[in-house]
Amino acid sequence: MRLLPWLAFAGLLLGWELLVRGMGIPPYTLPAPSLVAQTLWTNFPSLATSWWFTLKITFGALALACAGGVLIAAAFALWRPLEVALFPVAVMLQVTPLVAIAPLILIYVESTTAALLLCAWVVAFFPILSNTVLGLRAADPNLRDLFRLYGATRWQRLRLLLVPSALPYFIGGLKISGGLSLIGAVTAEMVAGVAGRETGLASRILEASFRTETPKMFAALTLLVITGVLIFWFFGALSRRLLGRWHASAIP
Amino acid sequence: MQVDDGHLTLEHVAKRFPGGLLALEDVSLHVAAGEFVSLLGPSGCGKSTVLRLVAGLEAPSSGGVDAPALRQAGSARTAFVFQEPTLMPWATVFDNVYLPLRLAGRTREEAAGPVRDVLARVGLGEFARAFPAELSGGMRMRASIARALVTEPRVVLLDEPFAALDEVTRQRLNLDLLAWWARRPLSVLFVTHSVFEAAFLSQRVLVMGARPGHIFKEVRIEEPYPRDASFRGSSSYQQTCRELSAAIEAVQLEAPA
Repeated sequence: MRLLPWLAFAGLLLGWELLVRGMGIPPYTLPAPSLVAQTLWTNFPSLATSWWFTLKITFGALALACAGGVLIAAAFALWRPLEVALFPVAVMLQVTPLVAIAPLILIYVESTTAALLLCAWVVAFFPILSNTVLGLRAADPNLRDLFRLYGATRWQRLRLLLVPSALPYFIGGLKISGGLSLIGAVTAEMVAGVAGRETGLASRILEASFRTETPKMFAALTLLVITGVLIFWFFGALSRRLLGRWHASAIP
Repeated sequence: MQVDDGHLTLEHVAKRFPGGLLALEDVSLHVAAGEFVSLLGPSGCGKSTVLRLVAGLEAPSSGGVDAPALRQAGSARTAFVFQEPTLMPWATVFDNVYLPLRLAGRTREEAAGPVRDVLARVGLGEFARAFPAELSGGMRMRASIARALVTEPRVVLLDEPFAALDEVTRQRLNLDLLAWWARRPLSVLFVTHSVFEAAFLSQRVLVMGARPGHIFKEVRIEEPYPRDASFRGSSSYQQTCRELSAAIEAVQLEAPA
């Protein structure tokens, strides 16, 4: 049963390989998986540099989204008028398509790296913010009463009640934001184009497309997919580790 | 010297909620130190509101509440047991029971003895390291009661604590509750909608009516303790049940105010 996804994936690759070979499709239209693997292997040193750059943007943005999302959520929870006043702004930021505001950000922010970070942050921070806000409010009302009855201090209430109650919600936000920060980083790079000294995987895809180096596009894409899958897997494992024995979402 | 701080008094208490709903009108009651009193009534009659007033979780709109066990700072002399076990799902049974002592500033080492004692007393000695999700409903309720007893309270308020449990578990917990109550000078105010539970447990039952909540009738039960399961077969128990059932029926026929 556990092998099933792997078998399906292998079957998909095999079908693709056979299709390309059997129908004689030229590599610039659709390269066979074996050619993609070979291209990845021979170009790995240069692709790895770009990969590292994209990873830096992705995880940098995610870290900032965590910090920003949690701090803003805590401020909202402590002072409700702030939430009423600013939540719509956060929503506007979230619903505006990134490709539409990325060119502006690239104009206003001098450093390309900082601009890319900001772009990825814009898409990544909202799920963490909204989930954490929800989580901080989700504490059991009876437990709140119990803390009051026993004269808990504000700090005790935050540490022993509100933070643990919010944790599953925060992790849920983190899972979404992990994927979104990668998408944000790639989208922003696409808009930024091939300019700049340091470039990420998206720029390499653009660059390869200008030269009709289709196998190289697939090679870079493969690295992006691997990154996305690893992020997904990592946060799934983290969630099981942190919530494993007590939260319904993680109990096997 | 033991200070007599276990009594509870409500004098002509009314409670109107911000929405305008009058939940209680002219409620007076007294629970003497060490007494076991039940509040019996249909749902929506304000039983829980009485408990919340006594616990200081709500303030009365008018009238006086005197609960000296509540005012002693930092000593957690009043405990509350909810209808749901209300455990922290992320914490082990030990940590859940340790909570009241932790909030009072006691370290884990200081609290380990009292927590283990009370867990043994409620029959959860082997489950200190289990999480609530790993326990049965009855065991969760035992953990909840252990948390209430760990501070050696003078007053325990219980809000339909066994309503969600099956009949067998409920009867066992009723017997255990009487045993825990008999061990120490403990005042109990027990909210229930079960005639049988009230008749089995209490020295006194206050029957409440609704709209707005008020005390309709007081029934004394003279039967001495310890009471065991055979008490349920006695004619005095059945007499009390009949009397309480009649009162409940009468209170529901009252014209709404």
